[in-house]
Amino acid sequence: MVINKKIAISETGFIFNPTTGDSFSMNPIATEILEMLKKDMREEEIKNALLEKYDVNKSILQKSYDEFIDALRKLNIIE
Amino acid sequence: MKRKKITVAVTGLNNIDNPGPGIPVIRGILESKFFDARIIGLAYENLEPGIYMHDLVSKSYHIPYPTAGSDILLQRIEYINEKEKIDILIPNFDAELFTFMKASEELKKMGIKTFLPTLTQFEERQKTHLPMFGKKYNINVPHSRPIFSEKEIYELNRDFTYPLLVKGKYYDAEIVYTPEQAKLFYHKISGKWGLPIVIQEFIEGTEVNVVALGDGKGRTIGAVPMRKQYITDKGKAWSGITLDDTNLLRITRKIIKNTKWRGGMELEMIKTEENKYYLIEINPRLPAWIYLAVGAGQNLPEALVKLALEMDVEPFKKYKTGKLFIRYSYELLCDITEFEKLAHYAEL
Repeated sequence: MVINKKIAISETGFIFNPTTGDSFSMNPIATEILEMLKKDMREEEIKNALLEKYDVNKSILQKSYDEFIDALRKLNIIE
Repeated sequence: MKRKKITVAVTGLNNIDNPGPGIPVIRGILESKFFDARIIGLAYENLEPGIYMHDLVSKSYHIPYPTAGSDILLQRIEYINEKEKIDILIPNFDAELFTFMKASEELKKMGIKTFLPTLTQFEERQKTHLPMFGKKYNINVPHSRPIFSEKEIYELNRDFTYPLLVKGKYYDAEIVYTPEQAKLFYHKISGKWGLPIVIQEFIEGTEVNVVALGDGKGRTIGAVPMRKQYITDKGKAWSGITLDDTNLLRITRKIIKNTKWRGGMELEMIKTEENKYYLIEINPRLPAWIYLAVGAGQNLPEALVKLALEMDVEPFKKYKTGKLFIRYSYELLCDITEFEKLAHYAEL
């Protein structure tokens, strides 16, 4: 899973896709996940980091994580 | 560097909710570091806002509508030229281009240069000729055909499925879902722009546009792609953003290379979910959103002036992506005496 090279992501969680002109605002956790993806962290590492930091059930995290990754893929933010 | 003094006459001063390209073209020329331009406005109507923008337009003159014929237009231009010594004339309306193209040799004799497409280029990209254009230059275009009577609407289901587009020969386009709607817009649009009406297959996807400038020898001097971010009820861009779309630029260069396009152009394309591009229209002039390209680093109006003056122009190599424009409304105040002067003397 690789972030599309052309995508610009700001520190505030604003994403701009210069190929399509689409832009999105992410919440703080989504921004955090994307930052970890940018660092080439693997899925397990990202989920462990989130489990450690937030009070969240493992299965709920898995479901939310999968939905988020699916959305990123559909929006051509990750390949 | 001492800037070269020039006088440029420009039409399309109707900077209204559906704006003509005149004012943004002028802004580009006035921002030139190479030219010190004096702008002469050529207007058809008394209330074209550009006439009253004295910081952009030095003097304006009424000109006759293209329907009056090229002789009457040339007489008027001759009068204006005697007073103003015009170096370059940039027409910006689709409906007037043909007349100015036909008059370009006469204008040249008066010392006025233009940089317009050739009559062949102008004709073969007409909406009614788009399928042939696509075939000739190997570009995807939607299925379309011109119709000349209401009766033909009821025969459209032989080779079209609804929804489809009903388009005017110069302006206006509507998506219709039934033959009844098609009939309604057939009359509405043909009443305004005449016949034929073009029926076009509706391609689902995102509309993306490119402004480009060809040097007439096959070279693309500049090209900037844009996606409309917000559109008005007339389908015009209220806001738009520059894109980094290499496929779109490749198609643009291919069209300019193969047609040896001369002058400004706007390509209107649909990008489908499968990343397939369909050319839906070529406007043979710079569009009203041209100032976005200037702001993104390609001053195409300035480059067009250089080409008209037969100067060497190096193609632009880059532009800024993610540059956004947002149009706004603004009340321009002027005294009735200005309006009176224009109405009475046809110049201001």
